[in-house]
Amino acid sequence: MSAPARSAVTVNLTPTTIGTPNRETAAPAPVRMSIAKVNFYYGTKQTLFDINMTVAANRVTALIGPSGCGKSTLLRTFNRMHETVRNARLEGEILLDGQNIISQDVTLLRRRVGMVFQRPNPFPKSIFDNVAYGPKINGAKEPIADIVERSLRRAALWDEVKDHLHKSAYELSGGQQQRLCIARGLAVEPEVLLLDEPCSALDPISTAKIEELLVQLKDSCTIAIVTHNMQQAARVSDFTAFLLVGQLVEFNPTPHLFTTPADPRTEAYITGRFG
Amino acid sequence: MNARLRWRKLVSAFMLTMTGVCAAVAVSVLFFILGYLVFHGGRSINWDFFTKLPTPVGETGGGMANAIVGSAKLLFLASLFGVPIGFFGAIYLAEFSGTKTAFVVRYAADLLNGVPSIVIGIFAYALVVLPFKHFSAYAGGFALGVMMIPITLRSTEEFLLGVPNNLREAAMALGASKWKTIATVIVPAAYRGILTSVLLAFARVAGETAPLLFTAFGNRYWSPGFNQPIESLPHMVYIYAISPYEDWQRQAWAAGLVLLGLILMVNIVARFILARGVAVQRS
Repeated sequence: MSAPARSAVTVNLTPTTIGTPNRETAAPAPVRMSIAKVNFYYGTKQTLFDINMTVAANRVTALIGPSGCGKSTLLRTFNRMHETVRNARLEGEILLDGQNIISQDVTLLRRRVGMVFQRPNPFPKSIFDNVAYGPKINGAKEPIADIVERSLRRAALWDEVKDHLHKSAYELSGGQQQRLCIARGLAVEPEVLLLDEPCSALDPISTAKIEELLVQLKDSCTIAIVTHNMQQAARVSDFTAFLLVGQLVEFNPTPHLFTTPADPRTEAYITGRFG
Repeated sequence: MNARLRWRKLVSAFMLTMTGVCAAVAVSVLFFILGYLVFHGGRSINWDFFTKLPTPVGETGGGMANAIVGSAKLLFLASLFGVPIGFFGAIYLAEFSGTKTAFVVRYAADLLNGVPSIVIGIFAYALVVLPFKHFSAYAGGFALGVMMIPITLRSTEEFLLGVPNNLREAAMALGASKWKTIATVIVPAAYRGILTSVLLAFARVAGETAPLLFTAFGNRYWSPGFNQPIESLPHMVYIYAISPYEDWQRQAWAAGLVLLGLILMVNIVARFILARGVAVQRS
């Protein structure tokens, strides 16, 4: 609404969008992560080009774009999951609360920046053990059972599973498994939760539940979500970044991006002319 | 045209019969061996066979208690040596090494698997028997253990690679280190397969005679500890089967039956473990 609100979020505008000032930002939010001049390579092939954006604290930031645009790659750099791939190379700076994540211990970083993946990937363990896994390996001080219950409640799964916590996680439906994975991620109390197309393998009802959940989680957590689904981005996110062939085309508050896109390519994409 | 068609039908019928007969022979060999063993060995198996020592030449009766215990000791030593090396080697291959290293190690393991067992016996003789200047259970166990390494390594690796990558990612995204991921997620997810491959390696070397000829050597009496020559079931079969005494030949059949029964049982248990359910969800 106001100019100071604007300044809380660094909106990166590519040359084509400069000159379309954006004034419709929601309430101010401090920056939790800032991404500066990120270039990314698989071997010699460059897949991200000079990305600059921010992730606002206690907000949902969505990354959208057609398949292969690099949105998942970008998300995976936020907790350095890209390092599990051979020959992957990252240039640039990613700050978490002002600290460069590249120089931090990677296991400590991932406790602070958790991740939920495209396909539900529960461990071949019980529901309880899945959620307890993170606190156990990280040496939780609180009783594990309390953490498990709280995490399952936060993931809106507690009522459905409380009577059979010791059943295999594989007995749950796909949507429940995905919420279990969210609960498992929440159990280590991350500051940021990254979600990589968390609903792409789910039915509409499960999807709706997870979207609702994301909005609730904003109070306690910062969320970055990659999605293929523009309606989903419009529904759940506060900020949206639109990527195209490894370039950040537009990064703006969600209502702004979807109603008055600054870049013609954004408009073409959200109106369904390609992708 | 008609003649051509008839010729084709003839060829087809001939090929079908031939392949069918080959398949039938392949299966019947096992049942033939089994039936023969049960027929000859079954009559000679009695309580004495399991509890008594071999009798001196000329006396009938006696058993192979020392060979049964000896085989158990040798297989224990072999597993103690071969399984950890195969297991941890497989973890390195599946989780850490580059594709080039993995290729070289895999290839070497396959070659080692193809080395004739008698050659492995000579190797163990040179490495363990000569320095100590006497045959021993250690030497025999070492030879069998060497044979277990490539079998355990290759199949354990296969099962580890079969664990979906998204479980590794899930663990690492929770702040688990590489080792913690392996110990708490990957190995537990693959443990049925790993256990099966260990059992199959065990069954494979349980029937080996050649590597024991000049390492464990054989012993007609009890062999306390591990540092003396020791008897084993396959070796006993070899000695007794070629002997001129009818009673010994009878006992050789019995020993063969016991050995085959043990191996079959291990195989069945292994398949049972593997079939009891896939530990990992396929997406």
